[in-house]
Amino acid sequence: MWERIGAMIFKEVRQMARDPSTIAMMFFFPIIQLVIFGYAINNDPRHLPLVVEANDNSAFSRSIVSALRTTGYFDITEVAGSYGAADRMISEGKAQFALTIPTDFARRLVRGERPQLLLTADATDPASTGPAVAAVNEAVAQALARDLIGPLAGRQQGPPPIDLVLHRSYNPEGITSHNTVPGLLAIILSMTMVALTSMSVTRETEQGTMENLLATPLRPVEVMVGKIVPYFLLGFVQVCVVLGFAIVVFEVPFVGSLGLLLAVTLLFTLVSLALGFTISTLVESQVQSMMASMLYLMPSILLSGFAFPYRGMPVWAQWLAELLPPTHYIRLVRGIMLKGWEWPLVLPESGKLVLMLLVLGIIAVRRYRDTVA
Amino acid sequence: MSESLAIAVHVDLTVMPGRICGFLGPNGSGKTTTLRMICGLLIPDAGEGEVLGLDLANQRRAIKHQIGYMTQKFGLFSDLSIAENLEFIARVYRLDRRRERVADTLEKLGLMSRADQLAGKLSGGWKQRLALAAAVMHEPKILLLDEPTAGVDPQARREFWDQIHALAAEGMTVLVSTHYMDEAERCHEIAYIAYGVMLARGTIHEVIARSGLSALQGEGPGADRLAAEIEQQPGVAMAAPFGTPLHVCGPDPAALRAAVQPWADRIRFTPAEPSLEDVFIHLMRGATDNSVEAR
Repeated sequence: MWERIGAMIFKEVRQMARDPSTIAMMFFFPIIQLVIFGYAINNDPRHLPLVVEANDNSAFSRSIVSALRTTGYFDITEVAGSYGAADRMISEGKAQFALTIPTDFARRLVRGERPQLLLTADATDPASTGPAVAAVNEAVAQALARDLIGPLAGRQQGPPPIDLVLHRSYNPEGITSHNTVPGLLAIILSMTMVALTSMSVTRETEQGTMENLLATPLRPVEVMVGKIVPYFLLGFVQVCVVLGFAIVVFEVPFVGSLGLLLAVTLLFTLVSLALGFTISTLVESQVQSMMASMLYLMPSILLSGFAFPYRGMPVWAQWLAELLPPTHYIRLVRGIMLKGWEWPLVLPESGKLVLMLLVLGIIAVRRYRDTVA
Repeated sequence: MSESLAIAVHVDLTVMPGRICGFLGPNGSGKTTTLRMICGLLIPDAGEGEVLGLDLANQRRAIKHQIGYMTQKFGLFSDLSIAENLEFIARVYRLDRRRERVADTLEKLGLMSRADQLAGKLSGGWKQRLALAAAVMHEPKILLLDEPTAGVDPQARREFWDQIHALAAEGMTVLVSTHYMDEAERCHEIAYIAYGVMLARGTIHEVIARSGLSALQGEGPGADRLAAEIEQQPGVAMAAPFGTPLHVCGPDPAALRAAVQPWADRIRFTPAEPSLEDVFIHLMRGATDNSVEAR
């Protein structure tokens, strides 16, 4: 019995060795995971963009800003005097936090009136809010402890001298599902569109039906479009299901335009289909196309901002994420659904998706031949 | 995709309409490659070619409309039924009166009784018939069959050939690649290529006659075991047991006689007709392998 098992093992190992791409993937996967989990993912993100709207140009506000800076949690931009500028930056995704210091802050602090400081957080990504809020509290307390001296030293006893008001915009209750469910749209579409297209095309080659198709007058582009359209419709159904669930079951607020969301979804679906087709022209079997799809999906889930905060990642990982279509699509979905992004705001991210579509389309058409072998 | 195959093909083949031409040659001789080039699945890297007066490099699409190609491996969709497969093909060729055409083809090739059965569940013979139906439904001028009857039982094979002859009778030109001599014998004419060079061409009788081979058949006790020994003799091209008798052939009748003389006392050698197989093996041994297969 052992010899026969040995024969099987020997044969299996030999076959494995003949398929170097599988072996490569088996080593590649754990390495990618190690790198992503070990280096890229950080649940205590630093260098979050914070905009300080200091309407009160006092020593207190200056020392609060410098205390915030020393925490290392924030990259600070200061705007002053233009009311609402901070909010706009949050809405456009340029800042994640805004600290508004009211005009009469110093005066009221000196009077002992417990003035308010408003911290606005972009809660479309609630995960990174918590530690940052704690850091703000800490920094403000430290700054004031240094400044409240002499006649003001008395303020240090009793209730905290200021009142830090936290405003979680777009997701006031900090509900995680408001963040994940829209992101899920990107992940589900990637999974089905990329994996299914690449596998369905490879299947034709693997089963020998491609040779038959190519001997008919079907043009390559006709084969491509014909293969893609059904999956495209399938993707549309998926979008409807996920959106329906998001709104009805998870009660995710939908403040933006449905038409705009569908338009960017269309774009993203096309990118995913083009990617699937491109993969199919690069691999030789269905197994390989499955593995290639997984290789794409894993970083898409981990780096795109779906599972972990994008801003918590080191720069190289952010660059990598920029190359992944879901990163841009997730921003678009969250922007449109939760922040009510309108037409001009979706342009930068959509533009990147269009670029990806062009590049992938060109590769797919170039690689896909209407000849065999 | 990865194996690169350098094949030089120098073939000039003229087949009159309504004729069936057998395309023979050893494995790796470029039969499939030639067929694929003819139907536009491969573009020659160098050189040129013409089919039906159309250029192989630039007019592949026009060629595809006039050619039916039956691949070596079953290439229709196993999860569609016979009728559904044909319907798909009919749409791809944009045939008019689609329903009628599909029904006619089903009828003509005797596929009606299993029209709704999934192609994947069919036996080899039925699959082959379906593949033939799919290749001829658009009424091509040229029908290319790549080893069509491999793995098919004799009865199905005979029926298949009857259908091929019926199609040829309607004016279709047929080119069949095969390894089987009995299939070659069913063709009106044959072309033998080895390593991209056409070595023989004509009807079976012409090919045999032109080979200049003569043969002897030896009968007697132990004749079938002498093959290896006799083949060593000068003047013998090859010797092979055909059941109990021994079949010997060589280019020169007198030399052949002389070569078998030592065994003449126990084995009676009588003149025999050289077979097509003799001719091919003889040709093959004379041809040099210029195909380079990198694996």
